[in-house]
Amino acid sequence: MKIHQLSMFLENKPGRLSEPCRLLADAGINILTLSLADTQQFGILRIIVRDWEKARKVLESAGCVVNVTEVVATEVEDQPGGLAKILEVIEQAKLNIEYMYAFTFRSGDKAVLVFRFNDPDAAVAVLQARGISVIGNVELY
Amino acid sequence: MAGELMSTFVVENRIWDPAEQMPRQERSALQLDRLRETVARAARVPFYQKAFQKSGITPEKIKTLDDLRRLPFTTKADMRENYPLGLCAVPRAELARIHGSSGTTGVPTFVGYTKQDLRTWAGLCARFLVAGGLRPEHTVQVAFGYGLFTGGFGLHYGIEEVGAAIIPAASGNTPRQIMLIRDLEPDVLICTPSYALNVAEVMHSMGMDPHSMSLKYAHFGGEMWTEDLRIEIENQTGILAFNNYGLSEILGPGVSGECAVREGMHLQEDHFLVECLDPETLEPVEDYAYGELVITALTREAMPMIRYRTRDIAAIDPCLCECGRTTRRMSRVMGRSDDMLIIRGVNVFPSQIEEALLGVEGTSPHYLIEVDRPGALDEVSVKVEVNPAFFSDKMSEMQELRDRIDRKIQGYTGIHVKVELVAPKSIERSAGKAVRVVDNRLKRK
Repeated sequence: MKIHQLSMFLENKPGRLSEPCRLLADAGINILTLSLADTQQFGILRIIVRDWEKARKVLESAGCVVNVTEVVATEVEDQPGGLAKILEVIEQAKLNIEYMYAFTFRSGDKAVLVFRFNDPDAAVAVLQARGISVIGNVELY
Repeated sequence: MAGELMSTFVVENRIWDPAEQMPRQERSALQLDRLRETVARAARVPFYQKAFQKSGITPEKIKTLDDLRRLPFTTKADMRENYPLGLCAVPRAELARIHGSSGTTGVPTFVGYTKQDLRTWAGLCARFLVAGGLRPEHTVQVAFGYGLFTGGFGLHYGIEEVGAAIIPAASGNTPRQIMLIRDLEPDVLICTPSYALNVAEVMHSMGMDPHSMSLKYAHFGGEMWTEDLRIEIENQTGILAFNNYGLSEILGPGVSGECAVREGMHLQEDHFLVECLDPETLEPVEDYAYGELVITALTREAMPMIRYRTRDIAAIDPCLCECGRTTRRMSRVMGRSDDMLIIRGVNVFPSQIEEALLGVEGTSPHYLIEVDRPGALDEVSVKVEVNPAFFSDKMSEMQELRDRIDRKIQGYTGIHVKVELVAPKSIERSAGKAVRVVDNRLKRK
């Protein structure tokens, strides 16, 4: 019940973000969602795509440094309190969130939260035991 | 050190020239004779004639090797003032070849060789090549530039002297170098260490494994490098790498080279008198201490060199080596007295930064040091390429890595630098000497 996320190293310079996006576009790969962490000098681009193995090959053969990590995606009601409820569960279970980001689907009233935990398996078990809907690749795509 | 290396090749100790094993006392006597001859030859050069007259030196006044210290120094500036061949001691007709400095530090300088000089040179290169595994049945790929630079032709004739086969690939065109390695299966590679790393990288990107190639040994020279870089290259390629030293002003490669023990480079002391001096006071430093090498060529006919200030910083180990050679050994060159960066009053050598970087797990050996003085203070930034081995999706880990590199450099040099992580392959690769330092302070003056 984990999904694969690709991370890339980017220098913090004009044009650096568009390069990987262009590579994926040319390969016909659609980006489901992305998040960008940045410092003054460099950034880390994290993306979720359907065919992550192909995306990885495309990016690596263009010379990008790519890292694959397993992240946990959960589904919540797209309404006030949706995120707070899940964070409470995570807090009580003493799970540390390395980082997170969120997105909503085009249709419907659900939002998807993406979490990076140190131990994703333990996190999935805790979340599921508390009745939180953890979604896998199939549902997400 | 050897235990950490991954190369599976070993070198059997073989000595090319009995002179390498000459008893030390006997060698000292030979050096003294040759020093007198060199001074006599040098006295034919107007530059030395004037200098000797000024200090009242004649060959007869040289009674012991200590009298060397009464002789004047020769510098790069003296060579430039006597441009192009004013320091030659033989008529032009006796010259057999002219080489030049690689010109990395300004105006080129030229050096002349007689036929005998070329023979001597080939013999000296043969010594270190054999010490580092070269055998007559081998094939050697020479990826040094063939031209004014002494590396290409110097090694070429040394290899010929040994009797091995040569692939004179010359420098550059990496895909072709790789094609030659794959198809002609050389045993030995000769190039700069940074170029060897480039060849290994390109091989990887072509889907080839350098470990599966025929290469067993490499003789590296032409630029400064570190012990960590040797480990890096050996781990990436499986080649056993040997270091050698020389400079065109004195002869070219062949001044010293490593034996199978690989703990310092044996100085060819029957042909060179090597001093190690404090570059400021010009007084001798103690054994094992770093200082500037000052070399007197004892057998050069065309261009005798008296106490040439090499600007190369190294240390000399007087202990006898277990290989049986009786010569003293020099350390690798750790810097140049004129490449030395003075950062906020602290002496820093680029090689220290390189060592610090290679000491951090996962960093790549490609880096660029930039020095600037935007305000009143010097600022140093070191660009380091990110690679898959240490890239993490967690910002905290990336920042931790950057801090670790920063602390390591501070530990090695005593100064704080700004570490910049840059994209892989964004630092320019070179076929010859790698550009490691950009000093923007010079542009501001």
